[in-house]
Amino acid sequence: MSSETILKISDLSKSFGPIKALRNVDFELRRGEIHAIAGENGAGKSTLMNVIDGILQPDSGEIVFDGKPVKIASPTEAQKLGIGFVHQEIALCPDVTVAENIFMATTNVSRSPLMNYSSLEKKAQDVLSKLANIDATALVRSLSISQQQLVEIAKALTLDCRILILDEPTAALTDKEAQILFEIMHKLAEQGISIIYISHRMAEIFENCDRVTVFRDGQYIVTHNVAETNPSEIVNAMVGRVIDNLYPDKQSADEKSDTAILQVENLTDNNRFFDVSFELKKGEILGIGGLIGAGRSEIVRGICGLEGDVSGTVSLNGEPLAIKHYQDSIAQGIVYLSEDRKGDGLFLEMPIAANVSALAVEQVASRSGLIDSRREGQQAETVGRRLNLKCGHIWQPVSALSGGNQQKVAIAKMLSVNPRVIFLDEPTRGVDVGAKAEIHRILRDLARNGVGIVVISSELPELIGVCDRVLVIREGRISGEVSGDDMTERKIMYLASVAA
Amino acid sequence: MTNELSQTGPDMPDAAGPMDALKRLLRMRETGLVLIILTLFIVMSFASPYFLTWENMRAMAMAFALEGIVVVGMTILLISGGIDLSVGSVTALAMVIAGLLFLNGVDPWTASLISIACCTAIGAVMGFFTTKVGLHHFIVSLAIMVIARGACLLGTGGRPLGLFTLPPEFKFIGQGSVGVIPVVIIVFVVVVVAFDFMLRRTTMFRKVFYTGSNEKAAAYSGIRTKKVIFLTTTLCSALCGVAGIIYMARFGSAQPTFGIGMELNVIAAAVIGGASLKADDFLGILAAYSAA
Repeated sequence: MSSETILKISDLSKSFGPIKALRNVDFELRRGEIHAIAGENGAGKSTLMNVIDGILQPDSGEIVFDGKPVKIASPTEAQKLGIGFVHQEIALCPDVTVAENIFMATTNVSRSPLMNYSSLEKKAQDVLSKLANIDATALVRSLSISQQQLVEIAKALTLDCRILILDEPTAALTDKEAQILFEIMHKLAEQGISIIYISHRMAEIFENCDRVTVFRDGQYIVTHNVAETNPSEIVNAMVGRVIDNLYPDKQSADEKSDTAILQVENLTDNNRFFDVSFELKKGEILGIGGLIGAGRSEIVRGICGLEGDVSGTVSLNGEPLAIKHYQDSIAQGIVYLSEDRKGDGLFLEMPIAANVSALAVEQVASRSGLIDSRREGQQAETVGRRLNLKCGHIWQPVSALSGGNQQKVAIAKMLSVNPRVIFLDEPTRGVDVGAKAEIHRILRDLARNGVGIVVISSELPELIGVCDRVLVIREGRISGEVSGDDMTERKIMYLASVAA
Repeated sequence: MTNELSQTGPDMPDAAGPMDALKRLLRMRETGLVLIILTLFIVMSFASPYFLTWENMRAMAMAFALEGIVVVGMTILLISGGIDLSVGSVTALAMVIAGLLFLNGVDPWTASLISIACCTAIGAVMGFFTTKVGLHHFIVSLAIMVIARGACLLGTGGRPLGLFTLPPEFKFIGQGSVGVIPVVIIVFVVVVVAFDFMLRRTTMFRKVFYTGSNEKAAAYSGIRTKKVIFLTTTLCSALCGVAGIIYMARFGSAQPTFGIGMELNVIAAAVIGGASLKADDFLGILAAYSAA
């Protein structure tokens, strides 16, 4: 690893109206290093990356690329300099093939008016084969989110970059896919490519990066060599205060109860999951772990009547339920928070209040079915206050909020029906450290108040930190259960991948 | 269209002073529309001496009003995420069915009810194919457009049915006036106001917005989205039936070739008028027409 600087940013500022997104920021990227950028949502990471990629123009400051001062006026110019950007949001065309998506940028500049599909597909397959087993001729629509994310990365790899920006690339990946990505990152770095790596996951930063720079409130805070610092120092720099405890207290011994809120017996859909039985006890947070695709979400959606032809019994407080449709489930107070809040969790263009009331609009309406907007607003405000939701006003569209606050709206939607059991699928995906801790605290409070909480998560530290007990799913069956001191990443991974 | 959805929520509670009100007014999409219409109005008044006459205004208003009823149905269908190309044919079919029944001795009011029921059934068939079979609205309604037109021509032999013997009290709904205001316009205003109120206030129509905004999120909120789309599809055809009957009363005849190309006007008006059923719907139709 040479220490030659490829990109140097000094004294850079950028404002949006009265909001100063970046204030006199400095940043330095060396050739062939993997440089992590950490900071809460709104810290200015994305703004800085957008400036580097030419999407935004800085108000003042200097960018020196490879020794020469440059102005990056557009993403096309950034591409010419050799800057590739893999956005966190997947930006692929769903109805064309993987190969066409990968070479979207290059078909754009190709001289020939005709597409050469066979060579396109061959080249795409070459790039993909390094990453994962994805068919270059498949339509992007048919791929899972994690596969789509890998296609995005493949797309950037074909551009012959000198700087590769990865914005939370692992948010949608399984651990195995993430490991493959890290190996590729190291290979690229050895070839002299510099990688800017944005992530909320401390473990990834500490295992894979050379240096880490922290931003907070639009300001540069500090740059450390990863070898010379530790996660809590970085987290403290990110939030600007000392977070002693990322996770709330667990259930104490005298809070333990034998009363089951929810009992599930022999649940099966004969396709994705089989013979699932478990109990959710009063006051506990139950975790569901396992690899993506193991059937975790399917089981939960099956219980709620959201999908699948499910047989088996589900009892709430000892009484068996007949749930045919999700409506029946909501009526019983059993609700599901989806893992994909933008895709199927929220109505982004609609006001916050209308989102919060969506599970049961009847609650804020008169008996004759007329919506009372005053009551609808009050409901949103009450629940919003409980969750410490930060917004201008509750008639704002949800799309105007940050990721963490959007997630709080999604949770508010669940709470508006006073649920008895909440299933949360990846409740803190794409949420910054501060909001994450807040959401975990909210879950613990709910559990203390007698609401049954079930958390599905791919983040093992989250499962271990938040849950009192974790069920591990492998290939549609419960392969084991861990609690107390047994809850270790190793044990859960073992149950998720190999255990008999 | 999704941008407009948020506007149907309760009005923003935050407008302070008159400057803010003015800014809000300028930001509203409707303002641009009104300006375009005013400009057209002025240009047209100079271009033709007959434009700015009471008769022309009245005729234009009546023409907008009738098609406006169909626009209401189309708007709701568009909000829920569907589309209907068959509106012209179904409107004509409503006329033809009622006309044929009347000529065969059925009381015109009964004939009208049967005819509207038939149109509703056509909508239900389209709803079935889109929600249960899973075909696209575009395909299904295109097929119905052709089939309904064929049925019109088959039923009449391609010639308009003269319905001169329609009783005057029936013709009144198409031709009469209360004072200077034509009944047709009253019907239109009642329909718009009623549906506007329902869209903004009722839980039933709120579910239409949820479904159209994000069908999957709606399903994940316990809303039976297929039922919603089925109903909006049916409603649109039913309103075509209503419009067809009023057309028949207005013309005193049933024209099998009526309404060819009407879907373009209606969809354009629904889109320009905004998927928010505010008073501007009427203006939207006006704009679409004046431009045509």
